[in-house]
Amino acid sequence: MIELQEVYKKYPNGVTAINGIDVRINQGEFVYVVGPSGAGKSTFIKMMYREEVPTSGTITMNGVNLAKLKMKKVPLFRRNLGVVFQDFKLLPTLTVYENVAFALEVIEAQPKYMKKRVMEVLDLVNLKHKARMLPTELSGGEQQRISIARSIVNSPKIVIADEPTGNLDPETSWEIMNIFEEINNRGTTIVMATHNREIVNTIRHRVIAIEGGKIVRDEQRGEYGYEN
Amino acid sequence: MKIRTLGRHARESFKSIGRNGWMTFASVSAVTVTLILVGVFFVIMMNLNKVAQTIEEDVQIRVHIDVAANAEDQKKLQSQIERMAEVKSVEFSSKEEELQVLIKSMGEDGQAFKLFEQDNPLNDVFIVKTKNPQDTMKIAEKIGKMEYVTKSVYGKGTVEKLFNFIEASRNVGIALIIGLFFTAVFLISNTIKITIIARRREIKIMRLVGATNSFIRWPFFLEGLWLGILGSIIPIVLIAIAYYNAYEFLAPKLVGNFIQVLPVNPFIYQVSGVLILMGALIGVWGSVMSVRKFLKV
Repeated sequence: MIELQEVYKKYPNGVTAINGIDVRINQGEFVYVVGPSGAGKSTFIKMMYREEVPTSGTITMNGVNLAKLKMKKVPLFRRNLGVVFQDFKLLPTLTVYENVAFALEVIEAQPKYMKKRVMEVLDLVNLKHKARMLPTELSGGEQQRISIARSIVNSPKIVIADEPTGNLDPETSWEIMNIFEEINNRGTTIVMATHNREIVNTIRHRVIAIEGGKIVRDEQRGEYGYEN
Repeated sequence: MKIRTLGRHARESFKSIGRNGWMTFASVSAVTVTLILVGVFFVIMMNLNKVAQTIEEDVQIRVHIDVAANAEDQKKLQSQIERMAEVKSVEFSSKEEELQVLIKSMGEDGQAFKLFEQDNPLNDVFIVKTKNPQDTMKIAEKIGKMEYVTKSVYGKGTVEKLFNFIEASRNVGIALIIGLFFTAVFLISNTIKITIIARRREIKIMRLVGATNSFIRWPFFLEGLWLGILGSIIPIVLIAIAYYNAYEFLAPKLVGNFIQVLPVNPFIYQVSGVLILMGALIGVWGSVMSVRKFLKV
């Protein structure tokens, strides 16, 4: 479960990115976060994986208050969270398998379990047959699938995705969305910032629209758009 | 940390050394140049130290006894000197012995002094050694004021000048070594920083998937260690060869002289140990310093 209470975020340069947000996202929900560029979407997402800390207010994720989380505990918190980015954030020198296994390596998982689990998630994203290839040898959609595989390899309860289809063509975007649907169907909460109107209006889920650092609209099975 | 993880870190560090070929070369060269200089200074310093020690051990006070003193007075004087806390030993040397020493030390010219064997103008002498060479001056002065002592000499001037010279070169050597050490740390931390900047993405991703700081730091730590150790190889080989040859050349010429060079074995092993250790320290310190900045995300 994710809960934000009276969250404000003001950057040192004086810009107020988040101007009082209260929201609650239940376990297993699929939520789109929409809004124009500069609305505070990115800050909202970044606060969820504790890249940014709110100036005031509380953010509770899986029972952890991120506003008060000590630096030392951040790695532990992130192990229970999957994050997917627009630019994939893969390591170009590692193979597909190694990129996914990486997330298990840092938690010092058993090699046997690691192998089994990595192949499992690669199977889920349909890349088992390309495990030995380098990310640069794959298409954008395939690279994003690796990144998704990496984000769920630790079986997190929540997956945060920041414009995961932003760099992909429409057809590939649908493939990626299907994978997210599949992950969501298994009980994982998904929070996805997106600009893709077609996707939001076709695969209907809760839509949170942010503008000027505030939530201007919050609808179950909503439509794309952030006008009042 | 599990051993398996340590193995992973070691593998990663080797991979990175290979991958960053030119940077590795630059870092290793920085360490190499520094350690050659450090090694040379170290060798010179240790040898100066040895010379200083030999001289220190050799410093003695020659107490000239008044000819008017009889055996009884001499005994009294000796026990008076021996009672001083700073004194290590008091040895008696008769004027006949003194003359023989003199004749010997003058070589062929010494034969001329043989004439004095009939009528010896020298004094009987107490040779006094202090426990701590630094006390020589003070003790010599004290003894000089005692009864039946005509003169109390200790090679004033020469010894002091020598001590001062050695002391000064030792300090300069230490200052240079410390200066070089920090220069090398700075150089290596900069070169490693460049490799890290290239890998900032990697560090960021590691942090995103929940790697702890120490997990991220280890490969860099090991990389610094290997770079430092690699950088110490050439200096060790160079200095070992140079020292071996210098020793072979100098040692025979210095036989019987108070200046002695330290024997190749074990000195060269000690120097090698010091250089490896310094290389490792430079490498580790340099890398730790540069990673720290990137772990604050």
